[in-house]
Amino acid sequence: MSARFEPIIGRYMHLDLFGRQHRVYVEQAGEGTPLLCLHTAGADGRQYRALMNDERITQRHRVVAFDMPWHGKSSPPAGWHNEEYRLTSAQYTTMILEIMAALELDRPIVIGCSIGGRIALHLALEHPERFRAIIGLQAGAHVDPYYDLDFLHRADVHGGEVAAAIVSGLVGPDAPDSERWETLWHYMQGGPGVFKGDLYFYKLDGDIRDRVARIDTRRCPLFLLSGEYDYSCTPEETLGVAKSVPGSEATIMKGLGHFPMSENPAEFLKYLLPVLEKIGRQDRP
Amino acid sequence: MIETLPQRVNGDEALVRRGRYLTTTFLLEVGPTAWLISIFEGRVVTVVRGPFVMPSSSFALRAPEEEWQKFWSKRPPPGSNDLMALIKRRVLKAEGDLQVFMANLRYFKEALAKLRAEEAEQGARA
Repeated sequence: MSARFEPIIGRYMHLDLFGRQHRVYVEQAGEGTPLLCLHTAGADGRQYRALMNDERITQRHRVVAFDMPWHGKSSPPAGWHNEEYRLTSAQYTTMILEIMAALELDRPIVIGCSIGGRIALHLALEHPERFRAIIGLQAGAHVDPYYDLDFLHRADVHGGEVAAAIVSGLVGPDAPDSERWETLWHYMQGGPGVFKGDLYFYKLDGDIRDRVARIDTRRCPLFLLSGEYDYSCTPEETLGVAKSVPGSEATIMKGLGHFPMSENPAEFLKYLLPVLEKIGRQDRP
Repeated sequence: MIETLPQRVNGDEALVRRGRYLTTTFLLEVGPTAWLISIFEGRVVTVVRGPFVMPSSSFALRAPEEEWQKFWSKRPPPGSNDLMALIKRRVLKAEGDLQVFMANLRYFKEALAKLRAEEAEQGARA
């Protein structure tokens, strides 16, 4: 048996975000049109491992995924030990634009899932000229809290175990066991209070219901892909966004859940590849 | 069917191991029928059918019978495939000291999913 390397290259980048120094972990694979990948709440860029390993994508795309500060191999900023982490729309947007500038990504396609799908809607509304196309996975305009978020960060409940247990049912029923449990492992590895802090954006600060209809898809195409089994951002919520944004294209993915790119890459790519082809055609008129 | 919970849970060595620090009694309500389920160090030791006069439990899970039937079907439809999905739709009420429930959420999800119809049973009924 011989060892095998994946084509993914990871590096640490130092940059200033919101007036503080950050050490951010960035992975890349492939060459071509930049494809910037945004992970879900409480997880990290490993969710895009399959995209970075698929030649059908990497032949034409420079796939980039970063771990948000506090997530994965990115550190929280110095002083974190006395702070409560809370993600806001403004910070999230700034982070994405700053990292794009630092990596010299020229009008990337952005693909984001869950909180990444939500911020994708914010980007479509506020910065359409910066992107070639926007792909929102499990993207809805708002999600009401449906459990007591304080359980995610208290000493008498294991944060990693509870985070994974909360999201485990969001994985679709057809996910291969290996990918299902890899996806949940990322949740089990999250730092204390980080998933909860992301959900501040997802369930409170990032509510975009009153503005989503103003997205202009003539300035930047918007594609929405949502898994049938997601009860966090339900198909109905995604279809609601699609209905209010003329020109957007929504597809409900059968048998998939809240983490399509990570839980069941083979099935997900059947939906993603045609979208990337279409974006490629629009880009070369 | 709920009476079979002890053998279904206790027969799963990994599930029992994950529950080894869990000792509690909880109330499961399936429509009008109540069940008191006692767990000792990860093993389900008793399942008692109500009605009860003064049941003592750490927490209760209450949902209409048709919702549990969907949850326990072989391939539950979207929205019925997980306890949190039922809670999101506001059809499952979780009440009481939920620290026990949340600290052992994976255990309770997997233990209750043990009541899901198995392929063999489906075949026998067909």
